[in-house]
Amino acid sequence: MLLDSLLTRLTGDEKHAPSAYSTLDVLWVLYDRVLDVSPDRIDDPERDRFLLSKGHGPAAYYAVLAAKGFIPEDWLDDMAGPDSPLGHHPDRLRIPGVEISSGSLGHGLGLATGTALGLRAQGYTKPRVYVLVGDAELDEGSNHEAIAFLGASYIDSVTVIVVDNRSASYAWPGGLQSAFTVHGWTTSTVDGRDHEAIHQGIAAARPGRPHAVIARVEGEVQ
Amino acid sequence: MRETFVDETTRLLDEDPRLALVLAEISAGSFDKALAGHPERAINVGIREQLMIGVAGGLAMTGLRPIAHSYATFLVDRAYEQIKLDLGHQGVGAILVSVGASYDGSTAGYTHMSPMDVRLLQTLPDWHLRVPGHADEVRRLLREAVREDGNVYIRLSTKVNAEAHEDGEIVKRGTGPRIVAVGPMLDPVLEAVQGLDFEVVYANTAPEDETGVITVVPYLEGAHRNSIGVKRVDLHRYGSPKDHARWHGLDPASIRERILS
Repeated sequence: MLLDSLLTRLTGDEKHAPSAYSTLDVLWVLYDRVLDVSPDRIDDPERDRFLLSKGHGPAAYYAVLAAKGFIPEDWLDDMAGPDSPLGHHPDRLRIPGVEISSGSLGHGLGLATGTALGLRAQGYTKPRVYVLVGDAELDEGSNHEAIAFLGASYIDSVTVIVVDNRSASYAWPGGLQSAFTVHGWTTSTVDGRDHEAIHQGIAAARPGRPHAVIARVEGEVQ
Repeated sequence: MRETFVDETTRLLDEDPRLALVLAEISAGSFDKALAGHPERAINVGIREQLMIGVAGGLAMTGLRPIAHSYATFLVDRAYEQIKLDLGHQGVGAILVSVGASYDGSTAGYTHMSPMDVRLLQTLPDWHLRVPGHADEVRRLLREAVREDGNVYIRLSTKVNAEAHEDGEIVKRGTGPRIVAVGPMLDPVLEAVQGLDFEVVYANTAPEDETGVITVVPYLEGAHRNSIGVKRVDLHRYGSPKDHARWHGLDPASIRERILS
């Protein structure tokens, strides 16, 4: 598989199967089936936005960006080198197609909220804004400012995908989805390795409400 | 100043389709006309300051020019990492407009004070400080900031000078040492140098350090070499802004003593 070899170039580690990357399948489904964006449209105001809020462990993201032609494959050979545009957290000013510079947890949802509002204010009704967060990232209070506001404002152009590898120290007593449903979001919980299920979960968004997809994966290193 | 800011921003929202306003409940009542007239671009996110800055960053990423506004302590201190990462680091800009400068909110106590706001922003690259000393200056500074794309901090205060002045204006000529008075510090400085042969220059922004020049600022001192400003202390006291000016050595008598020492 192409992604296999791209990931190997990034990490120099042939032992890690793609399943070692918790976000890989979600990222692939987004870029392969969902996002209306391409390397020649990275500045098109009508493009869909994908915001990787969980900026750590971006190898899978870089591999997908390379596979889809946003960045040259040879960039993968020198990750985090002194002249490399690719770091251990992505920088939007260095990498074509990367919508936000992330790394510090809990910034993607706020930026996504502003992006959705800014697009709507300028009459761009078509683009959707997708945000990938980790389950432990939801510990950060900044996410909940955005989740509450998006729900209360019925902003339906935002979809959050939570890659849930049970890395949070404290589980949500009502289930992870309850952090969203209490604020009026719709949610889908899917197998985060099953491409068809991920796609269906994302497609379950309905007009009038923001949508969250809980993509469950197991035994992850990232 | 706050009323002028509200009036001018409301007018600019009518004029400029690129302008946006983000509030976190503070001043939402005063902005009722703007919020009702431009619901797509004038947004109150509730008491959520991290989100306010994140939203400003997102709006700017789509090409709008956002103004975010609250008390300095909630706008800058509380949301410092969002200011660092959601604006400058993303390569986008916003206008932050604060009220509650230094000890304007003296009766509310230290929780409502932020003399350190300017120092915090000075730790970040490419922030432009604007400190009006009179309501009439707010209009000009705001219009200039809206026309730019960078990150601008406009620091409003209830402490004002009797008259408006131009940035860089020589307000009092003299052959003695030069004093730069920033924003609302002009009138206390003019009173402090009565009978002295000092030259007094007015500034809306943090001037470049110059040898032999004393800078008097309405925020935490130490931002400039040889500056006189608010001291780094939590007094745990209420009282009036005038009381705090005295306690921080920023009343005319104390300023006179400090510049002559």
